[in-house]
Amino acid sequence: MAIPWDIIIIQTVNGIVTGMILALVASGLTLIFGIMDVVNFAHGELFMLGAYIGVVVIVATGSFWTALLLSTLIVALIGAALQVTTLRPLLGRDPLTTILATFGISLVLQNYALWHFGPVPRKIQEPITGQFELFYLVYPWYRVLIAALSAAIIGGLYVFLKYGTYGIWIRATMQDRVMAQAMGIPVPAVHTVVFAIGSGMAAASGVLFGPLIGINHAMGLDWVLKAFIVVVVGGMGNLGGSIAAAILVSLLEAYAVILVGYIYVGGQPLSPAMAVVVPFIVLIVTQLFRPTGLFVPTPK
Amino acid sequence: MTSPATPAEALVTVEDLHTFYGKSHILHGVSLTVGKGEVVGLLGRNGVGKSTTLKTIMGLVSPSQGSVVFEGRPIAGMQPHRLARLGIGYVPEDRRIFKLLTVMENLRTGLDRGGVTDARKQELLGKVFAYFPVLAERRDQAGGTLSGGEQQMLAIARAMMLEPKIILLDEPTEGLMPRMVSQIKEIIAVLHREGVAILLVEQNVPLTLEACQRIYFMEKGAVRHHAAASELKVDDPVIHQYLGV
Amino acid sequence: MSKRSNTTYWIAFWVAIAALTVAPLVLPEFWRRFLTEILIWGLLAMSSDILIGYTGMVSFGHSAFFGLGLYGAAAALLMVKPPNMWLAILYGLAFSAGAALFVAYFATRLRDIYFAISTLIFSQIFYVAIFTLTEITGGENGLNFSRPQLGIPGVYTLPFTSETLHWFVLAVVAGSYVVLRRITQSPFGMVLQSIRENEARTRAIGYPVERYKIVAVMLSGLFAGLAGVLYAFQNRFAAPDFVLFLISGEVVIFNVLGGIGTLVGPILGAAFFLTMREFLSRLFPYLASVFNVPHLAEFPYLIPLGLVFILMVIFMPQGLLGFAKRWLNK
Repeated sequence: MAIPWDIIIIQTVNGIVTGMILALVASGLTLIFGIMDVVNFAHGELFMLGAYIGVVVIVATGSFWTALLLSTLIVALIGAALQVTTLRPLLGRDPLTTILATFGISLVLQNYALWHFGPVPRKIQEPITGQFELFYLVYPWYRVLIAALSAAIIGGLYVFLKYGTYGIWIRATMQDRVMAQAMGIPVPAVHTVVFAIGSGMAAASGVLFGPLIGINHAMGLDWVLKAFIVVVVGGMGNLGGSIAAAILVSLLEAYAVILVGYIYVGGQPLSPAMAVVVPFIVLIVTQLFRPTGLFVPTPK
Repeated sequence: MTSPATPAEALVTVEDLHTFYGKSHILHGVSLTVGKGEVVGLLGRNGVGKSTTLKTIMGLVSPSQGSVVFEGRPIAGMQPHRLARLGIGYVPEDRRIFKLLTVMENLRTGLDRGGVTDARKQELLGKVFAYFPVLAERRDQAGGTLSGGEQQMLAIARAMMLEPKIILLDEPTEGLMPRMVSQIKEIIAVLHREGVAILLVEQNVPLTLEACQRIYFMEKGAVRHHAAASELKVDDPVIHQYLGV
Repeated sequence: MSKRSNTTYWIAFWVAIAALTVAPLVLPEFWRRFLTEILIWGLLAMSSDILIGYTGMVSFGHSAFFGLGLYGAAAALLMVKPPNMWLAILYGLAFSAGAALFVAYFATRLRDIYFAISTLIFSQIFYVAIFTLTEITGGENGLNFSRPQLGIPGVYTLPFTSETLHWFVLAVVAGSYVVLRRITQSPFGMVLQSIRENEARTRAIGYPVERYKIVAVMLSGLFAGLAGVLYAFQNRFAAPDFVLFLISGEVVIFNVLGGIGTLVGPILGAAFFLTMREFLSRLFPYLASVFNVPHLAEFPYLIPLGLVFILMVIFMPQGLLGFAKRWLNK
């Protein structure tokens, strides 16, 4: 059996690119969970909303970069508004209620997008066209660009958290919410800001991902599911862990797309769509052997 | 023995405080006063509600009944971060420093406030590093790597960064070596000299008698006795009554 | 429960049954079917309540249990001629039991949030599997099959009419309700509720919490599968659409709307939701024509319903039933 090296290399690069976007989405999710114990079901819809707003801004201004910036800001504000109106009243209640509330939000946002933009998928034009040679195959520059941009945004987040007063406040609140309050840190405001940051990051991912695939109202679900898996595998609240897990899961899925063609069921090879089970398998394996996360030592 | 007079200038007054944890009725009507710049002790056995009293003043627990007044205004039910900004510092029983933050970052959680000039911040830092040279040495180390005693220093230093008018100190000498205990005593004395009031919860009787002007005794969720420290001796029957096994 | 309220309860129960029995005789065809569907979804919501309301485990996997019941029955009805009602029930329950066992295993290893997410992912995987394994499941186009006959094949059968199907469904759902109620009020049910309130304490007292959870998941999955079988009889058509994660989500909505932990609440929640859906689906086109805003006609019913749901989670967490109870107690 000939090993298709060229396809493997391509899939590796694809895996890393998707992994970076997934890392961007998952970082927001894990940050939100780490600081306020909220499983944000609506995260995928924020991603979707970001992509759609990107479409609207590009149509209006013709500039991809403006779209990226504006979309991030607008969705960050929407996220902040959502947190203040629906999540703040639920603070201190059963965590089940925040899952339900964010699920409700995701339904409303999804259906609103369906109604407003219609079922036909939209497309965002790539900001830079052109391809380069990768082992006698061509690979688009744009994909490399989004991986780099995602890395840059995550890097920016890291710097923000490490230095600066607000970064300290966020990290302190994540570790000990009660003591942070006792030190005068305005924890309710910190929660809102973190939710806004997470939302903005999801929106940015949406705009960056836009040119790769059609944008439609249902795109959020797949992303939020994968992001959840990544967050759990990386360790909830563990930023570095989510990033590593995102790349790992994406790479495995990318390879699975190739491998699946070699598995026969009932005389037919499995369709590449079945590769979606891979993240699920990673989740199961992690939960069985390292429930707190692959990169977090299991407490005794 | 008559109760000593409460100070004319009350800083914190707690009256008839009732607090619940779920269904457990912890505080059954606590009343006490701390005057400006006073060092007041709160003694009692484990579980009588001393820590809960501090937590209620700090706003970490909401009382079901009763009032807490700070500088003349009622503060029961206010959010803890506002109380910290108003001038109430809190050093909890298990220190609770931010283990993943450096010593410096721990201090900054209290230092980085609006309305404080850089010069003043440097002053505060300088002062705290002078009292706790160990913290200066370890300023870039993660809080979790400090020893128990050093963490206690950090917890107190952190509260001092808020320039508080009163510090609620919960069992600061618990688990500390004698050398550190005398360091704590010194810090309390320094804070007193600077006019910071202290409400000290402790099990260490000698320290409490030396450091405090007045002492309240709690039992079963309420203040049962109140005496001036000068009138008590270490082997006083009152001490045995409220602290003995 | 006091003697008096017990009697009141049973009176209310029989009144409801009587009303539901008479209904198909007086309602037009569309509403007859609608009522039957409410009962079926009500059963599905009840099964979910065992987990959410009594054991405290949120599951988004009920679309998979339901779907397996549905497709299982479809398999029996397609593969075995003549279509045999009992075989369909057997297949459907067996399939959903299998899935329930799989999920049950993970229920014991995963805490709340992780369990909820895992069930969600499981139901998504299941959907993709149904969708892509076109050879076996008919894929996107689904499977068409015929309704079986009511009775015992070889002894006595008669074909279902719309009314008799309704009564059959009513009997099954009412029977399921009685059984589930018995179970939740038994010592077993008490332990489940204790797990919901404080799992650590229940374990500390000495109960084998894992075993209870497994039984709870199995029960929940079986009754969900039963709902799927009933739906197969009703609909004669199986498609991946019925296995979407959205179905699981809607089931959770029924639970919350009606009131979790009450068994009856979820059925009411289903009735409320489905009725509102019908109402809104007609309201918006009507408003669109009245105000001459054609775009309004397609306004999704899930937007107002979703908003109501969110408001209820925040302000009325006991659901409609809890609200009614408090209102009646005033």
